[in-house]
Amino acid sequence: MSQTASATPAHRATTSTGDAIFAAAAKGCGILVLVILSAIIVSLFIGGLPAFRAFGFNFLVNPDWDPVRQIFGAEVPIYGTLVTAVLGIAIAVPLAFGIAFYLTELAPEWFRRPVGTAVELLAAVPSIIYGMWGFFVVVPIMGDYVQPFMIDLFDGVPVLGTLFAGPAFGTGILTSALILAIMILPFIAATMRDVFLTVPAVFKESAYGVGCTTWEVMRSIVLPYTRASVVGGIMLGLGRALGETMAVTFVIGNTNRISTSLFGPGNTIASIVALEFPESPTGSLKLSSLLALGFLLFVISFIVLAISRLLLRTKVKS
Amino acid sequence: MSATLAADSIPGGARNEKIAGQLSRGRSRTNIVVKALCILATIVGLTFLVAILGTLLWLGFGGLHLSVFTTVTRPPGSGGGLLNAIVGSLIQTVVGTVIGTPIGLLVGTYLAEYGRGTVLGNAVRFVSDVLLSAPSILIGLFIYQIFVEPFGGFSGIAGCIALAVIVIPIVVRTTEDMLQLIPTALREAAVALGAPRWKSIVFICYRAALNGIATGVLLAIARVAGETAPLLFTSLGNSSWSIDMTQPMSSLPVTIYQFAGSPFEDWVQLGWVGALLITFGVLTLNIIARVVLRKRA
Repeated sequence: MSQTASATPAHRATTSTGDAIFAAAAKGCGILVLVILSAIIVSLFIGGLPAFRAFGFNFLVNPDWDPVRQIFGAEVPIYGTLVTAVLGIAIAVPLAFGIAFYLTELAPEWFRRPVGTAVELLAAVPSIIYGMWGFFVVVPIMGDYVQPFMIDLFDGVPVLGTLFAGPAFGTGILTSALILAIMILPFIAATMRDVFLTVPAVFKESAYGVGCTTWEVMRSIVLPYTRASVVGGIMLGLGRALGETMAVTFVIGNTNRISTSLFGPGNTIASIVALEFPESPTGSLKLSSLLALGFLLFVISFIVLAISRLLLRTKVKS
Repeated sequence: MSATLAADSIPGGARNEKIAGQLSRGRSRTNIVVKALCILATIVGLTFLVAILGTLLWLGFGGLHLSVFTTVTRPPGSGGGLLNAIVGSLIQTVVGTVIGTPIGLLVGTYLAEYGRGTVLGNAVRFVSDVLLSAPSILIGLFIYQIFVEPFGGFSGIAGCIALAVIVIPIVVRTTEDMLQLIPTALREAAVALGAPRWKSIVFICYRAALNGIATGVLLAIARVAGETAPLLFTSLGNSSWSIDMTQPMSSLPVTIYQFAGSPFEDWVQLGWVGALLITFGVLTLNIIARVVLRKRA
C-alpha cells in the first residue's frame, strides 16, 4: 500500500506527460490535414500565377492551346470536364437508382450482400484499367456499331442530328462520359443504398398498409425522405467524375477543340495535364498554365465535394 | 354487403369502381415496369464488372509467364517482363502506406476522441472527407510543386509521399467510424483502473477496433496500388531496374499506361498482363478487407 502511495506522484507525472504528448500528436496530425489541403490550393495557385498574370481573365475563355505561339487558354478543357462529367452523371444516376432500389426493396435477402459487394468491387477497379478496357473494348464497339447507328438514326433531325454527327471514331466526349458513368456508378449506388436504408421501417409499413405499391412507397416515402442525401451522393459522383484522369485520357481523343457533336474528340483538365506535362519544362509558361488548370479543377471539385458533404451531413444529423 | 349492393345499384358507383379497377391495374403495371427496369439496371451494372474481369482474363492470362516476374521491362520486340514495375509498385505502395497510416490513425483518433463537436474537429473532418474524393492528379501536381521541383527531380520517395497523402483520408474515415463504435463502458473501465487516457485509447480502443482499422488500411493499400495519375508527376517511371528511392522508380500502373498506349503488340500484351495482376491484386485485397470486417460483426 505504502509502495503505491509513494509511487503515485511520479506515476501521475508520467501519465499526464503521456496524455499531453498523445493529445498533441493527434491534434497536430489533425492540423496537418488542414495544412495539406491549404498547401495544395496555395501551391497550385502559385504555380499557376505566371499563367494567370500573362493571360488574365482571358485564360478562362480562350480556346487556344498553342505551345508554338505560347498562348494557352482553358476554355476547351473546362468545357470538356464539365460536359463529360455531367453526361456521365446523366447516364449513371438512373442506373445507380435502379441498383439501389433493387438492393434495398426488391432483391431477396440472401442475394443483397453478394450483389452489393460486386457493385462495390466495380469501384475498386483502378482507373487505368477502365482506361485500357475502354480503349480496347468500348471504343471499337462505339466506333463500329453504336455511333454509326446513332448517326443514321438522327440524321436530319434538328439538334439531335448535330449532337450525334460523324465521323465515328469510337473515341470522343460521349465515350468518355460512358466510361465515367461506369466508374462513378458504384459510388452513387452505394450512397443511395445506404441512405435508403435509413428510412424508418414504420414509414414504409404505413404506406404499404394503405395499399401503396413498392414503387409508390419509393417515390412518395423513401425519395422525399432521403432527397438531400441522394443529391449529396450524386454530387459525390460528380466530384469524382470531374477529376478522373487516366480513363478519360485513353478514350476522349485528346484534341483541343470544342465539337458540336458528342462523338467529336475533346479533352478535360485532367487529361490535358496528364498528357502535356511530360513536354512542359520546369519554369515554362506551359507548365504554369497546366498548374493553373489544376488550380481551376481543384476549385471546381472542392465546391462540388463540399456541397456533397453538407447534403450528406444533414441526413446524419436528423 | 348491403353497401356494395347499394353501390352496384347506382350507375355512378359502378363507373367509379370501374375507374378504380383501371387505376389499380395501371398502378400495378407501373410498379411492374419500374421493378423490371431496376432489375435490368442491376444486371447492366454487374455486366460491366463481368466484362472488365472477363477481358482482363481473356487478354492477360495468355501472356502470364514466369518471365513476367523475373525480367525487367525491355524495348519492344525484345521480350522482357514487369519485374521492375512490380517491385517498384510494391515498394511505393508499402512505404506510402507506412507513412500515411500512423498519421491517418492519429487524425481519426483526434476526431473520435478529442475533437468531437469542436470547430477544429469539424473542420478537420470536413477537409479530410474532401481530400478523400479530391482528384488524385492534383495530389501528384502538388507533390511535384513542393517536393520534386525543389529537391532535384523525380524520385521514388516523392511517389511514396504522394501515395501517403492519398492513404491518410481513407484511414481517417475508417478509424473514426470504428472508434465511435467502441462502447463508452470500455473507456470508463480503463479509466476506473487508473489508466491514463492515451493508454485506454492505444491498448483498449485500438485493440477493440483493430479489425475495422485493418480494413481501412487494406482498402487504402488497394486504392494506392492502382493509382497512376499522382505517380506520373512524382516517381515518373523507370524502364530499368532501380530500387534507389532518390531516382525515378517504375510502377505497374504507369508501365501499363505507357505500354497500353504504345503501338507495339508485345508491349500491349504485357500491359494486359500488368492490368490483370493489379486488378486481381486490388480486388483480392478488397475482398479480404470485407472478410476482416465481417469477422467483427
